[in-house]
Amino acid sequence: MTNERMTNPDNPPGRSPTSWLRFAAPQQFYPLAGRLAPWFACTAAVLTVVGLYIGFFVAPTDFQQGEVYRVIFIHVPAAWMSMFIYLVMAFWAAVGLVMNTRLSFIMSQALAPTGAMFCFVALWTGALWGKPTWGTYWVWDARLTSQLLLLFLYFGFIALTRAIEDPRRADRAGAIIALVGAVNVPIIYFSVQWWNTLHQGASVSLTKAPSMASTMLAGMLLMSIAAWMYSIAVALWRVRALILERERHTEWVGEVLEAEGRAR
Amino acid sequence: MKARNKRLALVAGGIVLLGAAVALVLSAFQQNLVFFHTPSEVYEGKAPAGRAFRIGGMVEEGSIRREADGLTVSFAITDTARIIPVSYRGTLPDLFQEGKGAVVQGTLGADGRFTATEVLAKHDENYMPVEAQYAIDQAHKAGMTVQQ
Repeated sequence: MTNERMTNPDNPPGRSPTSWLRFAAPQQFYPLAGRLAPWFACTAAVLTVVGLYIGFFVAPTDFQQGEVYRVIFIHVPAAWMSMFIYLVMAFWAAVGLVMNTRLSFIMSQALAPTGAMFCFVALWTGALWGKPTWGTYWVWDARLTSQLLLLFLYFGFIALTRAIEDPRRADRAGAIIALVGAVNVPIIYFSVQWWNTLHQGASVSLTKAPSMASTMLAGMLLMSIAAWMYSIAVALWRVRALILERERHTEWVGEVLEAEGRAR
Repeated sequence: MKARNKRLALVAGGIVLLGAAVALVLSAFQQNLVFFHTPSEVYEGKAPAGRAFRIGGMVEEGSIRREADGLTVSFAITDTARIIPVSYRGTLPDLFQEGKGAVVQGTLGADGRFTATEVLAKHDENYMPVEAQYAIDQAHKAGMTVQQ
């Protein structure tokens, strides 16, 4: 199996069957990530500019909230992203635990800081919106509390994986937090349906027509795609850094660093 | 290969068990997880007696009345089935309006009047331009006159 090959240092992964699975080897993924990341970063930058332009200059003023509603162009993409990234982290954690692939754990750890950042942005912009709209920065309703729990799960994951010296043990411990915490994500998402919350229900979902004007929706979706692209770009760069750190004693890292040093 | 299947079963089984445990805990705490009670629930006696709680619903049309001191406001919260009169002394959020959602925190008096210590506006999930709302209002008014 390719898997055994990838985890076995005596058998270089470069000679594994020519399928996309060979990129599961850190040595193969490192250059691929380096080539892909700039493209995602550029797309993110362009979409952010267009999305913010639509959000702030094209989209109409809301009939009820006035201009305050424009926070959704940041708040909603950030909140979606914070939940989705956690699910992706949990997915890679599960893959890592089952398949025993090092790169899966690295993926999971590369995503965590970005997820935590989006989670914080969602909470913070939500508080700034809540004051003029609801009349309070914060309430302990199910939606807000479960989102705060998500932030703590991110912090817990990052702290735990950094605190354990042995990377193999750190990977496993982090993977368990990622999997256990994933249960919180559907709770965040459905909290506004399951319980009475101060937070309003979803304006956009897969099951019903969106309850917002089309230019508002366009701005929000563009910003969401921008958030995806940004997340992928920074995660790829972080994966590269983590790979170098972990494989720093291997020959290929020495060669790569030497080549990059010459290029500069 | 066998070891990997075993690990897959362990991870999958763990997630299912954990999910079931969380579902049970959440359903056990159902009552404590609601942010507010509806007026109907209050009438059914589901609201906690003897301590502060929250009621959520629509602000009844035409019910907002300001007292002479300029600070005390009285209005009624309804879920269209039941109505609860509320008094509140303090500033109201900007989006607090008749016909819109609100959540009030306070205590229910023996006379059935709720004395609020905090009033929050509950926003709904609808976002639309000012012009669209104006058009809806106009159509609504036209519809009313036709019926009369």
